[in-house]
Amino acid sequence: MTETIAKTLDLKGLACPMPIAKTAQGIRDLQPGELIESLATDPGSVPDFKAWCISTGNELVEQTEDAGVFRFVIRKKG
Amino acid sequence: MPARVVVLGGGVGGTLAANLLDKDLRRDVHITVVDPSGMHDYQPGYLYVALGEAKGHWLTREERTLLRGDVDLAIERAIRIHPDAGMVQLERGGELAYDYLVIATGARLVPEAIPGLSEGSFEFYSLPGAERLSQELARFTGGRIKVGVAGIPYKCPPAPVEFTFMVEEYLRKRGLRDRSEVELLSPLNRAFTIESASKLIAPIMEERGIGLTTFFNVEAVDPGAGVVESLEGEKQEYDLLVLVPPHKGQQVVIDSGLGDPGGWLPTDKHTLNVEGQERIFALGDATNLPISKSGSTAHFEAPVIASRIASLIHGSAPKENYGGRVMCFLETGNGQATSLRFDYEHPPVPPQPNRAWHMAKWLFNRMYWETVPRGRIPENAPFSKPKESAGSAH
Amino acid sequence: MSTRGADAVVRPGETAEVTRSIDARGMACPGPLMTLIGAIREGQVGDVLEVLSSDEGSKSDIPAWVHKAQHQLIEVVEEDGYARFVIRKAR
Repeated sequence: MTETIAKTLDLKGLACPMPIAKTAQGIRDLQPGELIESLATDPGSVPDFKAWCISTGNELVEQTEDAGVFRFVIRKKG
Repeated sequence: MPARVVVLGGGVGGTLAANLLDKDLRRDVHITVVDPSGMHDYQPGYLYVALGEAKGHWLTREERTLLRGDVDLAIERAIRIHPDAGMVQLERGGELAYDYLVIATGARLVPEAIPGLSEGSFEFYSLPGAERLSQELARFTGGRIKVGVAGIPYKCPPAPVEFTFMVEEYLRKRGLRDRSEVELLSPLNRAFTIESASKLIAPIMEERGIGLTTFFNVEAVDPGAGVVESLEGEKQEYDLLVLVPPHKGQQVVIDSGLGDPGGWLPTDKHTLNVEGQERIFALGDATNLPISKSGSTAHFEAPVIASRIASLIHGSAPKENYGGRVMCFLETGNGQATSLRFDYEHPPVPPQPNRAWHMAKWLFNRMYWETVPRGRIPENAPFSKPKESAGSAH
Repeated sequence: MSTRGADAVVRPGETAEVTRSIDARGMACPGPLMTLIGAIREGQVGDVLEVLSSDEGSKSDIPAWVHKAQHQLIEVVEEDGYARFVIRKAR
């Protein structure tokens, strides 16, 4: 990924729905088009982030998993 | 020959149960959802409509768009259930035979049960009611707003408390707070039934000058005098009265002889079978279980019923039980909320109200259509024991 | 061990025939008291309601409301891990 990430949130250990709640709060300060990165360990985050992006119009740019840590990169809509 | 499953009611529980069964059993099952309106309403949104924060059209969708393609939808009213014949009779004369029946008919409002209630008070338990209340609030120029409960059981125990907090904030924003009073008339001896949550919200109510009257179960309203009376023998004056209307089970349950005096279905707390009926299950607001009448209850019960019916269809012993899981939000105004998560084994340990939980509720409201009725959220996620540490913000 | 309400219609030695029994053990919300109030409201005068509660607070909450609403607390029986409340709808 060549674009820089505007903000990274460490949400490891938080249970559903906190990962998306914190991400939604965190994305507010970003400019439209900027990227936020969220790291979570709750497996429920996977469907949560997908559904959140569909509902809000933010773009799920990347979603990976490594040793139980899920990484979501989202582009703020606008 | 596929097994026939009939689901009465296209609300959150019925829709989710039908979709999960279809996903799991495919060609082994034929499912019909029966719903009188063919529309699916997101009831938690009415609170926001009442306070002028949302519009009604966002809260309703065609049930057909939420059901999987192979699930049939009959836009009809069921008028009688015949358990011995394994058949449901429909209002327009048709009949639906079933091998398994899921009764997800919910609860209806019966305002006529309380004299003076319709003329003298407002409610946000229906969309027209919420719209009417928002218009009344827009016209409000100051006075005594009282919020109470006119029948038990009722859907969503947090709702009258949420409305109380949010209307107090609304008055502040409109510059009407100094010429108004806000009072919560609680049916119990404290603000909210869950004691740990009540302890958190009582100081907030006090800070914001919100009054609390305890043991006030509304028995009658005198619209002319602007007085509300409790069965405990107390009377209070009001300028704007907001009451949770009395609730009852649906007529089809009563007419079929299956319900208790309130029209609620006697249901096993674990298997969710209607008592004495191996092939009939009940979920959500329609049961007589002394648990929360809330969307989340129906949402957590539906997978249990789907799993049990699937086992029965496959000829094996059903294994999944409902453990009493419920998950509700409680808004406390000023952009904050707490959450109530519990089951039969774990009492709730609600966090201090904070912005993150208000955001979580806001998100849940927005994401509902894409998630819950379609079975797209991890409903079987392990119940995580609420954190007990005092410093936990979650 | 059981205690009788002072003005119980059911006399010592008699057992009240229960019209409706509610098992509210482990049920946090709406809670045993709220459930009892609903059952009283939905019932007929003379009905005898039994509520099982594992909530400690019920031991003071339930008698307080029954007294305030002028119904009859027939008895409170301590069982293993819960209490059984028997109430008669008096009016």
